[in-house]
Amino acid sequence: MNQIDKTFQQLKRNKKKAFIAFITAGDPNLKMTEELVLSFEQAGVDIIELGVPFSDPLADGPTIQASSARALKKGVNIQKIFDTVRSIRKKSSIPICLMGYYNPIFHYGEKQFCKDAAASGVDGLIIPDLPPEEARDLIKLSKDNDLSQVFFLAPTTTPKRVKKIVQHSTGFIYFVSLTGVTGARQDIPPSVVKQMQLAKKQTAKPICVGFGISNAQQVQSMAKVADGVIVGSAIVNEIYKNRSSKKLVSEVSQFVKKLSKPLK
Amino acid sequence: MTTPDKSGHFGEFGGRYMPETLMTLHEDLERLFQSAKKDASFKKEFQFLLKDYAGRPTNLYFASRLSGHFKTLKIYFKREDLLHTGAHKINNTLGQVLLAKRMKKKRIIAETGAGQHGVATATAAALMGLKCDVYMGEEDIERQSLNVFRMRLLGAKVIPVSSGSKTLKDAMNEAIRDWVTNVESTFYIIGSVAGAHPYPEMVRYFQAVIGQEARKQFMIKEKKLPDYLLACVGGGSNAMGLFHPFFKDKTVKMIGVEAAGLGLNSEEHAAPLAKGSIGVLHGSKSDLLQTKDGQIKVAHSIAAGLDYPGVGPEHSYYKSIKRAEYVSVKDQEALSGLKLLSQIEGIIPALETSHAIAYLEKLARRVKRKSSVIVCLSGRGDKDMGSIEKLIS
Repeated sequence: MNQIDKTFQQLKRNKKKAFIAFITAGDPNLKMTEELVLSFEQAGVDIIELGVPFSDPLADGPTIQASSARALKKGVNIQKIFDTVRSIRKKSSIPICLMGYYNPIFHYGEKQFCKDAAASGVDGLIIPDLPPEEARDLIKLSKDNDLSQVFFLAPTTTPKRVKKIVQHSTGFIYFVSLTGVTGARQDIPPSVVKQMQLAKKQTAKPICVGFGISNAQQVQSMAKVADGVIVGSAIVNEIYKNRSSKKLVSEVSQFVKKLSKPLK
Repeated sequence: MTTPDKSGHFGEFGGRYMPETLMTLHEDLERLFQSAKKDASFKKEFQFLLKDYAGRPTNLYFASRLSGHFKTLKIYFKREDLLHTGAHKINNTLGQVLLAKRMKKKRIIAETGAGQHGVATATAAALMGLKCDVYMGEEDIERQSLNVFRMRLLGAKVIPVSSGSKTLKDAMNEAIRDWVTNVESTFYIIGSVAGAHPYPEMVRYFQAVIGQEARKQFMIKEKKLPDYLLACVGGGSNAMGLFHPFFKDKTVKMIGVEAAGLGLNSEEHAAPLAKGSIGVLHGSKSDLLQTKDGQIKVAHSIAAGLDYPGVGPEHSYYKSIKRAEYVSVKDQEALSGLKLLSQIEGIIPALETSHAIAYLEKLARRVKRKSSVIVCLSGRGDKDMGSIEKLIS
């Protein structure tokens, strides 16, 4: 069974919600990425979303754009990210989803990508610019390699599309809380609760909410309706703030621990 | 087939690679566009604007002096440079702004490189009383300052883009980010046959008037079809507008001219059809300039409107089925082309268009017998005077 499915089953049994943390692979460097992932496991993170940097991240706000650019400058690529995941797997089985734009994956070769991802210990894929309509091959390849393929629901998604998306999404469904790009925000629109409840009627699969969530209070209120909460930019910001600190890993882990606390 | 399939693919190219937030909007737009095409009142309104506002039909001008200069070519220019705002871009923005009105959108956004599409969008928005924000790379703002001023005068806000290469690609990224955020209120007028389905087909539809007119005009003047069609290709909207109505005329050869910048063997060019590989950028699959890791490379061209690492998917398709041939012309050659046309015909073309002009010399040497060619004179050079003055002196 896929690690992500196992995690959600266990959470459900314990009546808990998932805390999902996003970091960009290779920012500030891949060695640090590995250390962060390992310490996040102790800090209450249930699933890691590992960002694969891209030159033109059009669904991302300034925080993750800058983070991607820093990682690319360090020469990070898919191959090196697989190496890092392989190294993490020697010490931890925490579920890892790669989150990245389609072009680098397409360029790598979808078939080879899925094979190498699974072999290195990746558990799932999240591709923000690949809707199910264009993902026919990748859906099959993910299935063949026991990788979850996570698709998105947005505030603008029509009921007809909801059906298609929940059908194809495996592992969980990524619910975008607002119309916009990624990035920490103070306010999450209240309509998200209603939309989430509508989506829940269509599927028994876990639905996790992300985009804009930046503090423990928001985590808590989102967890009331969702099966999991995703935090990205706020953590990436924290890493950047501590980039020259010797205590980067412990500082960021403390931050993550506070964020995930309402779910523990 | 020359129409994309149901999901917007031209062969293996095209498609709709977009964040979920924008998917429903694309579906709505596609439905609206398909019904507008069949709607007599929409067509009437569009035709009226093209004729009385933009100045269509444009002339098909026989350039006798330039033809005499090359001897082996009979050269006709499709004078899109004579349109209101100075380039073919207005054909598309008038069409799209009518769709925006029908969708009851209050705000228009656009990306621009050379500023021609930005000016054409600002113009159409002013005409319809809509708010308009134009994203433009900082580097392009510098080299196309006249157009920046024009857009502001037209009431548009020009938003400088400082990310990445600070050119067209990055302006498009920012426009898409804005769109994702303001999807309910905002209509995105894409300036080329690029983007996610239905944009490539829709922009082609609005630009096809170039080829439809040229075909009729040429038949009247010459009682036959031309041997060649020639146009510059950045995203490729003026080229597709000229080419598409001739698609089924098998004897008509189509040549698209990409920007070779400092040379195809340098890293400084904007020729994805010559030197790129297949990838996905800004919503569709086409030829792209990319690294071995699938990161998008920075393009280079003297012409801001060609300075883009991708190309419209239908051009990739035409190349793959060998319906069109794609060649390239360097910065310096384009400048020579600009001077040549200015001095022989008294027409100062835009730097983008000058790439097509410059290729005439090579075409003249290539042809085995006297051949006729329609060149899309896509835009006038006024906007470039500042930067050309610097380059020449």
